[in-house]
Amino acid sequence: MGLNVSDLTIARGGIKVLEGVSFTLQAGKAIVLRGPNGIGKTTLLRTVAGLQPPVEGRVETDPESLVYSGHADGIKATLTVTENLTFWAEVFGQADISNAIKAFQLGPLASRPAGALSAGQKRRLGLARLLVTGRPIWVLDEPTVSLDVEAVGMFATAVRAHLATGGSALIATHIDLGLPEAELLDAGRFRARVAALDDFDEAFL
Amino acid sequence: MIALLTRDLRLAMRAGGGFGLGLAFFLIVVTLVPFGVGPQSELLARIAAGILWLGALLSCLLSLDRIFALDWEDGSLDLLATAPLPMEAIVTIKALAHWLTTGLPLILATPLFALLLSLPEAGYKPLILSLFLGTPALSVIGTFGAALTVGLKRGGLLLSLLVLPLYVPTLIFGAEMARRGVEGLDITTPLLMLAGITCGTIALLPFASAAVLKVNLR
Repeated sequence: MGLNVSDLTIARGGIKVLEGVSFTLQAGKAIVLRGPNGIGKTTLLRTVAGLQPPVEGRVETDPESLVYSGHADGIKATLTVTENLTFWAEVFGQADISNAIKAFQLGPLASRPAGALSAGQKRRLGLARLLVTGRPIWVLDEPTVSLDVEAVGMFATAVRAHLATGGSALIATHIDLGLPEAELLDAGRFRARVAALDDFDEAFL
Repeated sequence: MIALLTRDLRLAMRAGGGFGLGLAFFLIVVTLVPFGVGPQSELLARIAAGILWLGALLSCLLSLDRIFALDWEDGSLDLLATAPLPMEAIVTIKALAHWLTTGLPLILATPLFALLLSLPEAGYKPLILSLFLGTPALSVIGTFGAALTVGLKRGGLLLSLLVLPLYVPTLIFGAEMARRGVEGLDITTPLLMLAGITCGTIALLPFASAAVLKVNLR
C-alpha cells in the first residue's frame, strides 16, 4: 500500500504555491518534507490527505489508508486522556488503546482531563492518536512542535515501529526528528512561478 | 457514529458544554413575558403558544454556533473529515446531538413553562406534539447554517441572519398548530405541513451541510 503523487499543483488562498510535485512513498519508508515557512508544506499535506482538491495533478492512494495530523491535536479539554483516545479508536473501528498509551508514556496521565496537560503532553496525546487509528500511511504536519528531547525520541521510536510493520509516513518538519533513514524532500524545488490563478472564483471557495 | 454521538453528548454535559444554556434562556423568555405584557391571564393564554414557540426557536438559535466551531478550533473537524465516517453522517450526528441537548430538554420543560403562561389545558397536547415535530427541523437547518459559517471568527451574527429566514416556515406552522389546538380547531393541516418540512429538511439538508463543510475545510 503506497502513496503516489504525480505532477501535483496546489494553491493556498487562490495563489499557486507548489507545482510539479512528484514523489512516491512506499510501504516501510518515511519521507521528511522540508522547506521555508509559507512554501506550502501544510497545503501539500492537506491535499494529500484529501482535505482540499489539487489544482492539477493526481494523488494516487487509498483514502482509507491515510491518517492526517495537523497543527492542532483535535483534543477535547474536558475529556480525559483515555476518553480522547478511546473516541478516536472507536471512530477508526479499533478497540485497543494500551499500545498508544505505552508508546507515548501517557499511563500516569490517563485519567487527567486533557485540558490540564502541558503543551508537550497534549502533543504526545495527539501523536498517540495515530497509533489507535490502525492506518498504514501517516501524514504529519510538524509533529514534534513543543516536544522535549525525550518525547522526540518516543516519536522516533513510534515511527520506526510503524515503518517496521509495513507502514509509511510523510512528515513536514523543521526540527531534526532523529530519523536518519528517512528520505528528504525539499519543497523549495517545486516553488510555483506564476502567482495568481486564472479562476477568479477559486479564491472564494 | 455512536462514538461521535456519545462524545458530543458527554462534552455537552461537562463543564462549559452549554447544556443548560438553551433551557435557561427559554426560562428567562417565558418568565419575562408576563412582566412585559402585564398579568392578564386571558391575554397570556392567547399568546402563550406563540411565545413558547418563539422561545424554543430563539434558545435553539443560541447554541447553533457551537455545533462545529469548537471542533473546528481544536482541529477535530479536520481529523473527523479524514476519518472513515462519511461527512453526511458526521453532520447528521451533530444535528442529532444538538437536538438531544437543546430541543429535547426544551420539549420536556414546556409543560412547566406553559403553566407559567397559563396556557389553556386543551393546548398542551398539540403544543408538545408540534414542538416534537418542529424542533428536529430547527436543529437540522441550524446545522446547515453552522456548516456555512464554520471557520469565521465570531460568525454568530451571520449565522443568525442566515438561519432565521429558514426557520420561518417551521415557526409559522408550529405556532399555528399550537394555536389551533388551544382554540380546539382541527390541527391536521399545520401538522402535515410541519411534518413535511421536518422530513424534507432531514432528508435533504445533511447533503448540503456536508458539501459546504467540505468547501469550508479547504
